[in-house]
Amino acid sequence: MAEGAAASRGGLGKALPLLAPAYLWLTVAIFLPLSAMVFFSFMTDLPLTGKPWAFTLGNYAAFFSQSLYLTLLLASLRLGLEVTLWCVVIGYPAAYVLAKVLKGRSREAIFLLVILPFWSNGLVRIFSWAMVLREGGILDAALNAVLPFKINIDLMYSYPAVIIGLVHSYVPYMVLTCYLTLQAIDDSLIEAGRSLGASRLQVLKRVIIPLSMPGLVAGAALIFVPVVGSFMEPRILGGRTGTFYGTVIEDQFVAVFNWPLGAALSFILLAVVLVILAVASPVLRRAA
Amino acid sequence: MAGVTVSNVSRSFGAHKALDDVSIDFADGGFYALLGPSGSGKTTLLRQIAGFDFPDTGRISIGGESVERVPVEKRRIGMVFQNYALFPNMSVADNVAFGLSVRGEAKTVIATEVQRALDLVQLGKLGGRKPHQLSGGQRQRVALARAIVTKPRVLLLDEPLGALDKALRVDMQIELKRIQREIGITTIFVTHDQEEALTMSDRIGILRDGRLVQEGPPEEIYDRPKSEFAATFLGDANIFRGDATGNGIRLADGTAIAAGVGDRLAAGAKASCAVRPERIRIATDAGTTDSNINTLKGQVSKRIFAGNNSTYFVDRAGQTLKVIVQNTGADLLAEGQDVVLRWSPESTVLIAAG
Repeated sequence: MAEGAAASRGGLGKALPLLAPAYLWLTVAIFLPLSAMVFFSFMTDLPLTGKPWAFTLGNYAAFFSQSLYLTLLLASLRLGLEVTLWCVVIGYPAAYVLAKVLKGRSREAIFLLVILPFWSNGLVRIFSWAMVLREGGILDAALNAVLPFKINIDLMYSYPAVIIGLVHSYVPYMVLTCYLTLQAIDDSLIEAGRSLGASRLQVLKRVIIPLSMPGLVAGAALIFVPVVGSFMEPRILGGRTGTFYGTVIEDQFVAVFNWPLGAALSFILLAVVLVILAVASPVLRRAA
Repeated sequence: MAGVTVSNVSRSFGAHKALDDVSIDFADGGFYALLGPSGSGKTTLLRQIAGFDFPDTGRISIGGESVERVPVEKRRIGMVFQNYALFPNMSVADNVAFGLSVRGEAKTVIATEVQRALDLVQLGKLGGRKPHQLSGGQRQRVALARAIVTKPRVLLLDEPLGALDKALRVDMQIELKRIQREIGITTIFVTHDQEEALTMSDRIGILRDGRLVQEGPPEEIYDRPKSEFAATFLGDANIFRGDATGNGIRLADGTAIAAGVGDRLAAGAKASCAVRPERIRIATDAGTTDSNINTLKGQVSKRIFAGNNSTYFVDRAGQTLKVIVQNTGADLLAEGQDVVLRWSPESTVLIAAG
């Protein structure tokens, strides 16, 4: 340990020119604006407007004085949990097939299909879903073309529509992180399990899932955190039902122009998410 | 415990015939080596016996029960993999317990059996360790304990010692043999190391290009190889090619070589003779001329001193022969020296060309 630390200290001098651009960029682009936001969250009004302002804790107090914010936060956490679960349910089997079943060109082709959502604009993606899900939209039309009876699903502006949109946006993260851990698992471990009399399901439960836990955890963290704060999908696909913590924060910035409140709500969310991750990480690490 | 019978098994992958009509009997309690160069089909054959892959045609039975379409988890076999394949997320004891635990054995039974298996491989105190905390040899022992704790009908080993260094490999050969004797399990192991096959097994099967070339006890295959391939793959051999004469062959330059062992071949047929390098005596003088003894003149082109023996490469008529001489304290021959080689017909194996 001590040796490693000494070596990394010696290497730091050489590494500095390589690290500097990244850290400079992070400082300018993330750290400074974020610091400004922390500053704003303790103010009565924005200094930019020229109106008088003072320091206050009122923005944070607002969260606790109105039960609406807590309700919305819980709804957003539930949304995050549900989307993460769906991403596991859909993404893990896909990652398994990619890592363990497909080989060569077919693997590359399927991989491309998984990555494709990343390359398309988020807004385009959401409006595409709107076209599919709305009443008389592509989904309804397709079902009516196949089914003998008239059907009208009309998922648009509903909670399921929000889930569908978010899962679609975030499932590639789960596929990629799980794929990386799954393909690192030696096939001979699966064979060893089966040679010892374990069925495929027992091998999955006792060997493969425990060994791919780091990928599941990483994927879950990558999905859960942004989904809890998401506002685009809830607003467009959820309509009136799509009011979540993230959309309220967005409102403070773009509609109400109450930046201090928006900033305070953001930092409360950040704190809650950090607490959840801190509580969950030892449990998950033990599982992994 | 049970014997294994492989009958007329063929398996192709695309156009490649990995196994071509292989039949071989593994008697109950025996220790068998499947020996062959890479791509010879030995691992494919082991995987058919294990049940990871099914033959296109042919039958496989374990203990008289037909299993060629039974999946691996139902065959009650034990397998040791080349890279050990220990579960990295489990302790040594949990690795060994895996087979019993998926079977649903009681916890107390599992604990007793696991301890017994770990004691058998002399790792009784290391049950709490994780695989990555063990040395290569220890991992190999854990893999073995894990494979035998379920009391399988047959133990399959896929190049089990390939990843170990030389000294450890010799230790493990002895150890593996001891354990196999102790539990008396039918054991089939795949190797490309001919020395390992010779020292460990009761019988050896040599494979080449998906076919079984020869099968039998090590001494028989070594002393009576039935093909040039068997002669040169298992041990070293000097090969002479010529026409059969009835009691040997005649080389292209007219030299006759008498063979006392091997096939009876019709005169005139293409044939070979194989002679082991340690069966040839090398001398500088002509000595007594006994017509029964094969005699060739040559010149030492190279000498390799290896402590307990020396290897001479002797050139004659465009062929280089290999002669191994035990170090008895006699003077070594110099490179470039003219020598006479002698060996008896009983040391010469006649092999049909092919």
